[in-house]
Amino acid sequence: MDNLLSIVTFIPALAALILIVFLRGSDAAANRNAKWLALIATSVTFLVSLFILLQFDPSNTGFQFLEERTWIMGLTYKMGVDGISILFVMLTTFMMPLVIAASWDVNTRVKEYMVAFLLLETLMLGVFMALDLVLFYLFFEAGLIPMFLIIGIWGGKARIYASFKFFLYTFLGSVLMLVAMVAMYSDAGTTDIPTLMRHDFGSETFSLLGIQIVGGLQTLLFLAFFASFAVKMPMWPVHTWLPDAHVQAPTAGSVVLAAILLKMGGYGFLRFSLPMFPVGADVLTPLVLWMSAIAIVYTSLVALVQEDMKKLIAYSSVAHMGYVTMGIFAANQQGIDGAIFQMISHGFISGALFLCVGVIYDRMHTREIDAYGGLVNRMPAYALIFMFFTMANVGLPGTSGFVGEFLTLMGIFQVNTWVALVACSGVILSAAYALWLYRKVVLGDLIKESLRSITDMTRREKAIFAPLVVMTLLLGVYPALVTDIIGPSVEALIADYDLARAEGTTLRMLAQN
Amino acid sequence: MIQADLTIILPEILLSVFAMLALLFGVYTTKDKVAPLLTWVTAAVFALLAAWIGLSGEGNNVAFNGMFHDDAFARFAKVTILLSAAAVLLMSQEYMERRGLLRFEYPILVSLSVVGMMMMVSAGDLMALYMGLELQSLALYVIASLRRDSLKSTEAGLKYFILGALSSGLLLYGASLVYGYAGTTLFSGIIAAAGSGDMSLGLLFGLVFVISGLAFKISAVPFHMWTPDVYEGSPTPVTAFFATAPKMAAMALFARVLHDAFGGATADWQQILALLALLSMFLGSIAAIGQRNIKRLMAFSSIAHMGYALMGLAAGTVFGVQAMLVYMAIYVTMNVGTFAFILSMEKDGQPVTDIAALNMYAKREPGRALAMLILLFSLAGVPPLVGFFGKFYVLRAAYDAGLAWLAIAGVIASVIGAFYYLRIVYYMYFGDEGEELDGGKSPVLWVMLMASAGAMLFGVVNLFGIEGAAAAAAATLVN
Repeated sequence: MDNLLSIVTFIPALAALILIVFLRGSDAAANRNAKWLALIATSVTFLVSLFILLQFDPSNTGFQFLEERTWIMGLTYKMGVDGISILFVMLTTFMMPLVIAASWDVNTRVKEYMVAFLLLETLMLGVFMALDLVLFYLFFEAGLIPMFLIIGIWGGKARIYASFKFFLYTFLGSVLMLVAMVAMYSDAGTTDIPTLMRHDFGSETFSLLGIQIVGGLQTLLFLAFFASFAVKMPMWPVHTWLPDAHVQAPTAGSVVLAAILLKMGGYGFLRFSLPMFPVGADVLTPLVLWMSAIAIVYTSLVALVQEDMKKLIAYSSVAHMGYVTMGIFAANQQGIDGAIFQMISHGFISGALFLCVGVIYDRMHTREIDAYGGLVNRMPAYALIFMFFTMANVGLPGTSGFVGEFLTLMGIFQVNTWVALVACSGVILSAAYALWLYRKVVLGDLIKESLRSITDMTRREKAIFAPLVVMTLLLGVYPALVTDIIGPSVEALIADYDLARAEGTTLRMLAQN
Repeated sequence: MIQADLTIILPEILLSVFAMLALLFGVYTTKDKVAPLLTWVTAAVFALLAAWIGLSGEGNNVAFNGMFHDDAFARFAKVTILLSAAAVLLMSQEYMERRGLLRFEYPILVSLSVVGMMMMVSAGDLMALYMGLELQSLALYVIASLRRDSLKSTEAGLKYFILGALSSGLLLYGASLVYGYAGTTLFSGIIAAAGSGDMSLGLLFGLVFVISGLAFKISAVPFHMWTPDVYEGSPTPVTAFFATAPKMAAMALFARVLHDAFGGATADWQQILALLALLSMFLGSIAAIGQRNIKRLMAFSSIAHMGYALMGLAAGTVFGVQAMLVYMAIYVTMNVGTFAFILSMEKDGQPVTDIAALNMYAKREPGRALAMLILLFSLAGVPPLVGFFGKFYVLRAAYDAGLAWLAIAGVIASVIGAFYYLRIVYYMYFGDEGEELDGGKSPVLWVMLMASAGAMLFGVVNLFGIEGAAAAAAATLVN
């Protein structure tokens, strides 16, 4: 079983192919078959990926389960996981069966819907496993196609605008990364990611069009990758596609977007930006940190005035991603551990929050906050679960949300106290908007006539939330589950980064004298 | 001696003889009634020739004292030209027959223009170049106005003819200057006269005029004005033909002139080509946004694609030529599929070209819509489809040649271009219910569409091995 990673990656694609080729018709039976096949395929993927997790050796900081085949143009098909990527793989395989189960009520073009999600899973898994630059780009970009279709076909009223904005925004960000990849290929003569991590890209300051580029080639490459990952993340001020995409996407699309797609940006920073361009990263760290701090405060304030539930949660996602970038660029053990932790936990929490919105949207077909109120009277189970995830979103100790926020803040405090101070205010603001949302929607008297006959969650819905609740609690009370796996790899990453950064600083000092 | 020469150009001779025999056959039998048969036979002849050239050709053969080159580069281009011409002929047959356009001259004219293209890509001399170019152009002018009773078609033919003649004039003027200053029309003589970078001013002028004439043929900006009108006015199968084989031929010819005749003076033409590439990419991408007619849209799309292919050529390296060849082979394959789709767009038996007519096409024809979706994303250069690899090739060639700014401009243009491809997807998948197009009936179109889309999808595995062939071809051209 030396190609376990490829098997995991391509099971969903295989299921999608079977759906396309063999499933005919669009009657109820065909739809049911499509749903079951998708659910089985994603579940099998999860089980196989569990097998990978069990065999994974955290103390080994290199890549494991390596696969390599020659491809075209001197590129390779190379897959592998290390402590940084393994948990993202697990997050993806864990979320997808839930996403499919949450889509059980979809009735339009079910076959295409399932095909799109299955292909999306393959592409997302590929992103986290690819160990070749171009292979990574392939998976990274290809994910835009199914997501574009998911938003555009099954989305809400303004879905066209949102889907185009989503596609073009992210496409523009990533093509710059493509040029940078071409430049790296040209400079290093290989696209092998482990080799590139050890390659020394030029960092001598030079002037381009009369501008002094401190950090030289590394800074330019860093900026090109930054353009892509910052959009994907998304960071302020290039986050504006996200609220549109979230609001218009169907519930399952929002969940995938929030839980997994956004993590690609953070993963990219850890896989490319820090290890490959340490000097460039060092030069631009203050910029990134302040952008993160602004993101946390600004988007939290924006979230406070939203009238649409999904939009509010989307802005809260941007704020939480601000903690992630802040933690990553704090570049110490707590910071990066916290950032990865935050990404995993945000995957569960924001996914669950979007599912919560989906539950009442399915019943009332509106996401207006004003259209609700007093749901606790008719939906006690829902009120409880929504409460739990609201608290997790706020960062209540005991939930996984707290650990991520705390670790990133601790990391940043050692590096830049002012940024830490600004970011801390985000904790309060997040409590403000999340609790406000909860009060408006769930608490109070049930006065709206339209809500009188609303029903509580079905058994299927409860079953979807159960694993999310368990994970959120488990990681909240026993965070070592995550940190034990990522710890050694992160430590190695930081050691290399600090070394290269110190060298870069010395070089710059020498050049100045 | 002459026998050896004739052996080398045997494919061209055979095709010419075939065209003449077909003409006699057509005239002395039932004329237009044999047209379907002739079309199929011509396509078969193309395919056979392609197989023959592709499988048996080897080495670097020169005929007629250097006027004609049969090398790996020419063979790569010829195989692409022949196969795409065969595919387009097969696609045209049913469409043109139902509209009473299928005259028996049509396959014959196509054969003659293909002979011209084969001469072009093998030319080793300015005269041979011009003869091949004119042979293909004259045949194309006629088939552009094949629909004699349509104002637009005749206008397209006339426009194409006048502007084509103008470009031929530019080319000839340039050729005469080159001849005057180099003292020879043979490429091997010119490259010796041009030397490495210290060209005389007259030669440089000649080079610029030759480039302008050729830029016309590949419709690079600012010599692109004829393209949208001709694409729109011509019958759709003819447009499909324009978009594929002649583009490949002209691009290959371009590469041959630049490298065989002016290979020492890369620095002199690199900036011209880079500018042509830049303008083509941006104009093609931006102007297509306003188009509602899918044929005009494809015209601008082909302008943009020529820009990318030129980017490879502008690198002026072996890898650049290889990138250009790979790009063009991919481009031709994509366009065959896209035009197979456009040919099947009809309502009540009448062709439809408005992209809004595609509203919710995906609901009625999921298979075709999916294939078209793949082709459109491939045209836009989105991975994992093969169109992306074409872009990646030329970007790398440009970057390695120090044209990083061109590479950056290229990717930005590709984002702009993605918008109009996405809009077609939008009509097919997200639109509202509207008037329905007829379901396509022709099995040939279906096969072409599916084959092309399949190639775009599964080519990601190894690009069907064209990489090695293109590398060998490029290596023989650049030295």
